[in-house]
Amino acid sequence: MSVDSDHSLRKAWYFVTPAIAWTIAFFVIPFAFMVSVSLASRVGRQIVYSWDLDNYINFFSKSYLLKGLFVSLEITFLVTILSTLLAYPLAWIIAERVPKKWQRIALIMAILPFWTSYVVRSYSWLLVLSTDGVINKSLLQIGIISEPLPLSNTTTATVIGFVHFFVMLLTLTIYSNLIQLSPNYKRASADLGANAFQTFWHVILPLTLPGIMVGAFLTFVLCIGDYITPQILGGNNELTLPQIIMMQLGRRADIPTAAALSIILMGVVTVAYLSCLRWLKMERT
Amino acid sequence: MYSRLSNVLCGTYFIAIYGFIFLPVAVLVLYSFQDGTLPIPPFNGVTFKWYSEVFADSKLMSALANSIIVAVLSSIIACLLGFCAAYALSRYRLPGSAFQRILITAPMTVSYLIIALGLLVLFNWMGIRLSLWTVGVGHVVINLPLCFAIIYASMGDHQKNIERAARDLGANNFQVMLLITAPMLMPSILAALFLSITFSWDEFIISFLLSRFDVTLPVEIWSLLRSGLNPKTNAIGSLVFLLSVGLLIILELFVFRQRSPK
Repeated sequence: MSVDSDHSLRKAWYFVTPAIAWTIAFFVIPFAFMVSVSLASRVGRQIVYSWDLDNYINFFSKSYLLKGLFVSLEITFLVTILSTLLAYPLAWIIAERVPKKWQRIALIMAILPFWTSYVVRSYSWLLVLSTDGVINKSLLQIGIISEPLPLSNTTTATVIGFVHFFVMLLTLTIYSNLIQLSPNYKRASADLGANAFQTFWHVILPLTLPGIMVGAFLTFVLCIGDYITPQILGGNNELTLPQIIMMQLGRRADIPTAAALSIILMGVVTVAYLSCLRWLKMERT
Repeated sequence: MYSRLSNVLCGTYFIAIYGFIFLPVAVLVLYSFQDGTLPIPPFNGVTFKWYSEVFADSKLMSALANSIIVAVLSSIIACLLGFCAAYALSRYRLPGSAFQRILITAPMTVSYLIIALGLLVLFNWMGIRLSLWTVGVGHVVINLPLCFAIIYASMGDHQKNIERAARDLGANNFQVMLLITAPMLMPSILAALFLSITFSWDEFIISFLLSRFDVTLPVEIWSLLRSGLNPKTNAIGSLVFLLSVGLLIILELFVFRQRSPK
């Protein structure tokens, strides 16, 4: 170990203090503020500290607020499942069927649109899905449909936009898991008489499950907290919780309600984290 | 080894999913050249009109400059703070170091919306006016845990011996950190820096809630969206895509390539 004299230990404190101070000043304290504001209420344009749970009680008594949470959860579960189901085969094909020297480029290509700006990506889907968009125009041209499909401003559009983003993210995480597996597993399984499908189902899939869970958890967290995709693609039909939070901030300037809703959102994420913890922990061993 | 049927299936799936992934980007770029007022079919022909409009739009251009300034400055600060903390926590046995690690990485577990809202409440209460500075503060908050985690993870024991050797040869702590540790960790420091820059560059919600008059590019694009579908939005979107891909190529060539031979 390094020499831990009092002198050098004091120096170490100099190095670590700025980061700690920054985190306390701009993360811990603001968070404490937000919690206290969530216990206040808005009177006119003023925030009055009443120290009660009114904002939280409102959430459960006003159906449009509660519905926001259910819409968010519904979209998030659907997106997480769909993205995983679509990403796994792609990651597997890249890891197993694409020649070694092309794998890196195939992976980079698969996640290239990941690097477009988030706002721009949702806008691009709007171009594709709108009533006059590429899909509707093409389908009309071919004659499959006679009326444009109402694709944009629907929850479906939100789901498509999300799945597009998370397929890329999950392909990346699942691929890195598949590639870490020793080829010996496959050889051993084949030696013991398993066919390709059995090897995949009983050996490869269980071994990559922790990685899938990490990716799925990440998808869940990012998806349920996102405002842009549902706002641009989903419109104002079925509001998600982040949309409702932003509405409280913007139109109604109701910071206490927005704060309370955000803390509820955080609670949901925490519950998801705790229920995934078993699998998330497995990764470390 | 694999049957022809499975080859066909895999090939079809591969092409279909790449099609899905690239469809929106292709449409975005194609219709940025649209010779017409709407970025929707039919495609009327190629014009660069929308790109010249983007470059003539002073609001977009200042937003672009703002974005670059905020991204670079906040990432440098985040990297610096992250590196120092990682150095101290991996090289010295500080009391409560586990707690300090948890504290520094904690913002990673909280959504950007909550970080933004917290800072908004704090700044309101303190009477601090919203500006690019407040956006920058928010971006350091989200990137510091990332930089710390990346750099901390790459501080291994094998570098300790070299550092000890440097100390034996008379280097002081500061020299060791600056001349020995930092160069050895340069790949991960650069990776953290570039990753932070891309995150800050693309970040919307913190920039949106913590800025007022001077905004960053995603926020300016957001306000463009109110005018509906517009080839000009396609043009700026395509440019942003090009810039991000350029950054990615730099990252790939200069940062990750160096690490792969290990």
